[in-house]
Amino acid sequence: MDNTTNRWRTIDIVVASVIAVAFGVIFWAWGLVWSATEGAFAFFPPAQTLIYGVWLMPAVVGGLVIRKPGAALYCETVAAVVSALLGSQWAGTVIPQGIVQGIGAELAFAAFRYRSFRLPTAALAGALTGLSAALFDFFVWNVETELVNYRIPYALLTIVSATVIAGIGGWLLTRALANTGVLDRFPAGRNRALV
Amino acid sequence: MSAVLLRGFGWRHAGRRAWAVRGVDLRVEAGERVLLLGPSGAGKSTLLSALAGLLPEDSGEQEGTVEIDGLDPRKGRERVGIVFQDPQTQLVMARCGDDVAFGLENRGVPTAEIWPRVDEALRRVGFPYSRDRNTAALSGGEQQRLALAGALALRPGLLLLDEPTANLDPAGADLIRQAVAGALDADTTLILVEHRVAEALPLVDRVVVLEPGGGVRADGPPEEIFAAHGATLADEGVWVPGHPVVPRPATATPGDLLLTADRLGLPPRLGPTNLGVRAGEALAVRGPNGAGKSTLALLLGGLLKPGTGRVTASAELAGSDHRTPPHRWRAPALAKRIGSVFQDPEHQFVTSTVFDELALGPRRTGQQEAAVKDTVAELLERLRLTRLAAANPYTLSGGEARRLSVATALATAPRLVICDEPTFGQDRRTWRELVDLFADLRDAGHGIVTVTHDADFVAALADRTVTLERQ
Amino acid sequence: MISIEPVAAPGAPLARRNPVAKVAAALVFSFTLLATLDPVAPAIAIAVELAVLPLFGVRYRVLARRALPLLLSGAGILVTLVLFAADRSGRVLLDVGPVMVTTGVLLTALGLILRVFAVALPGVIVFATTDPTDLADSLIQNAKAPPRFAIGALAAFRLVPLLGQEWQMISMARRARGVDAGRNPVAKLRLFASTAFALLVGAIRRGTRLAVAMDARGFDADTPRTVARRQRFGPADGLLIAGAVVLAGGALTVSVLLGTFRPLIS
Ligand SMILES: Nc1ncnc2c1ncn2[C@@H]1O[C@H](COP(=O)(O)OP(=O)(O)OP(=O)(O)O)[C@@H](O)[C@H]1O
Ligand SMILES: Nc1ncnc2c1ncn2[C@@H]1O[C@H](COP(=O)(O)OP(=O)(O)OP(=O)(O)O)[C@@H](O)[C@H]1O
Ligand SMILES: [Mg+2]
Ligand SMILES: [Mg+2]
Repeated sequence: MDNTTNRWRTIDIVVASVIAVAFGVIFWAWGLVWSATEGAFAFFPPAQTLIYGVWLMPAVVGGLVIRKPGAALYCETVAAVVSALLGSQWAGTVIPQGIVQGIGAELAFAAFRYRSFRLPTAALAGALTGLSAALFDFFVWNVETELVNYRIPYALLTIVSATVIAGIGGWLLTRALANTGVLDRFPAGRNRALV
Repeated sequence: MSAVLLRGFGWRHAGRRAWAVRGVDLRVEAGERVLLLGPSGAGKSTLLSALAGLLPEDSGEQEGTVEIDGLDPRKGRERVGIVFQDPQTQLVMARCGDDVAFGLENRGVPTAEIWPRVDEALRRVGFPYSRDRNTAALSGGEQQRLALAGALALRPGLLLLDEPTANLDPAGADLIRQAVAGALDADTTLILVEHRVAEALPLVDRVVVLEPGGGVRADGPPEEIFAAHGATLADEGVWVPGHPVVPRPATATPGDLLLTADRLGLPPRLGPTNLGVRAGEALAVRGPNGAGKSTLALLLGGLLKPGTGRVTASAELAGSDHRTPPHRWRAPALAKRIGSVFQDPEHQFVTSTVFDELALGPRRTGQQEAAVKDTVAELLERLRLTRLAAANPYTLSGGEARRLSVATALATAPRLVICDEPTFGQDRRTWRELVDLFADLRDAGHGIVTVTHDADFVAALADRTVTLERQ
Repeated sequence: MISIEPVAAPGAPLARRNPVAKVAAALVFSFTLLATLDPVAPAIAIAVELAVLPLFGVRYRVLARRALPLLLSGAGILVTLVLFAADRSGRVLLDVGPVMVTTGVLLTALGLILRVFAVALPGVIVFATTDPTDLADSLIQNAKAPPRFAIGALAAFRLVPLLGQEWQMISMARRARGVDAGRNPVAKLRLFASTAFALLVGAIRRGTRLAVAMDARGFDADTPRTVARRQRFGPADGLLIAGAVVLAGGALTVSVLLGTFRPLIS
């Protein structure tokens, strides 16, 4: 099958979905292992921006692995629906939020016409998801706070976190996945040594 | 009613130098029932995937041609039904009825016809539950039957079965074989892969033996094949009926108790169980699917926290830790004392090459690098995995993966070894090697616990048997 | 253990509605309420949500358990506003360093906390009463979602409980081979990361095999799919969405009439 066409193969659809679902489960396990952190964040909410990028990883990883138009958007949206179905307290609102965040990464990959999947592209995708997430929070959740002391630093930190964790981290993660051989049927997993 | 034609067929998986299967010329007429044999790693599963059109061009390299009724199998998929060895990965939907209906929906069967066909397929395989049952709530045998129903509902002309009874208890395996026998139409072509020839023979009228290096070794009616080549085939790893294996009973009386389970249980998976394991003894644990054998193995191995009762290790096994139960030991200490082999080999793999997989335990328990290399090399050689040292454990064939998982548990030379189904899916040669390996360990004073459905293995090795009942 | 079964009584009158209609109603209701920052409209909305709960067959205890983490977010909002509120009008109640609490701050915090609850609860209720299979069926049949994507996502979703078990298996496998973290938090974090990575690898591998199994049953064929289970979108489902619009609009209207309405974008 030809990987340069834009038609999604079954394996593209299922693996993209599985990436989203697995991140859902990892977030769930994170909650179990580090339940204390949630409380800590509640007492200093801006600290959340430091790990904000983790929630945005599915978009970048999905885009880097599948390499088809819509992959980033699809992964982040499915991840949002999955967390809603699993009983996230945010339920419905994460879905539009996921869509908005996914669009950010999608734009980055689209800007390179789905031809470049190197580190700078990934960092840009991370930054743009961060930007869209920051805009969403800026206008929807943080409206009542001080502009200079809170809203703007919060937005900037979100973007930085997304660039570093989702963008660069997502790229490193994809490379590590390729090294395990699970991505052999994707362009991201080609060129490994023969045994 | 589909015919198969292979001409010089070969397949090499992406990332491998060696061909998984090569030079196969084979013609199977419509309605024939074929048993496909060959030692572990000979390429049987690969061949079945090719026939089902499931080897995408981007996942390897092909030689020669495959045709189903004159068509490329990738184009003629609606003629073929396949049931893989692992039922879990082939169930798609959450409800049993939906899962059988899935294939029918894909083929565009009109809505009004779907449910009658689903019900008929479920009835033919003797599925005991309603359509709304959750697929996650089925035992392995039940999942296997559901997968079979999913394939049969599509009324395939060619049915491919890859070790459909591995991991099932003898009663469950019988049920599957009956279901296959009862569910086949007179003109359905069947190709079955199964190591345990004796049980599979009633289903087939022709045997094809693959040669590991390439080509077909023998082909014809079972009696003729086994009369002509029986002894050599048995030597090479085929389970030829009437070639029993030499048993290895204990040479000395067992030593002291190593591990004691006292009313040990984990409701609802396992009720309270009492049991003791001695040094120099091979203990077999048997029982039907779902009785809690694997749970018991994990509890004994110090990997799960008991729900009821306790596990006590003797000072001989535990050294300074003998006052604490195994599940509280630090991991490196545990790995040195008790080795565990999981039921699903893939659950056990932690690293990304066969070599690292074997080296991990010794490294963690503080062996020198030179010693590690020797240990690994010896195990690789003994279980015939040397050629695969750099391969990814997840790309191994079923039998190779099983051997590797056994070897990883032995690499730290633990005093007590706990194995869950160590012999499933093994050819006769590996099977004999495993028996010898365990017997040598036992005779050297190690304790061995094996959870198994394999009656031959129990007869050849076990000194004592414990049977669990389903609660 | 993670469960993916719906938690509601399946026969309840609103739980039985078309899944797409339920999700649409929840989204409409939530997003209407996002438009305001005052405490009155969300308070009315929460009252409405609690009142319709029995019609969805969800017990209050179940909702409380799912909504419990929202309390933490509530606490977070309070802290944030105490530290960073833009508007600190009203009587000063407390003033130490950066912390300045005024009646205005408390009122804003109340409004935002109620808003979070009012916006989140509809989704919690709807997803607690919706079976994923029905949702996928309905998305395909009533919302014209592409079937391959909806079914693919559904098949992946079925893996959730399996992945939960896999998490345990991976942890046990590591322990059996001598890998553990002990009490060291850095080692614990590293072990968490490597377990999560192994889970992801295993999940993708499963996904690859699942895709093969799906293709083996004709998933990728060019034949148009039929459906085994009809999902109908009837007048009652339309009414549910209309009801959500009316009720959310009503809450806003009351707030406007009372003069408390504070639009999000002013
Ligand atoms: N996905 C894969 N990637 C790379 N190599 C593979 C893959 N699957 C199988 N192989 C290799 O191809 C060879 C044949 O494997 P196959 O699974 O067909 O054997 P088999 O005859 O079914 O053996 P068994 O009886 O042990 O199941 C093996 O050496 C195996 O390591
Ligand atoms: N992780 C788990 N969580 C909950 N229940 C489980 C889990 N693993 C197994 N069970 C259930 O516990 C029971 C005992 O399972 P176990 O795997 O120990 O049986 P077994 O005797 O090894 O069966 P088999 O012969 O099929 O391997 C089964 O009913 C099973 O469904
Ligand atoms: Mg095989
Ligand atoms: Mg078991």
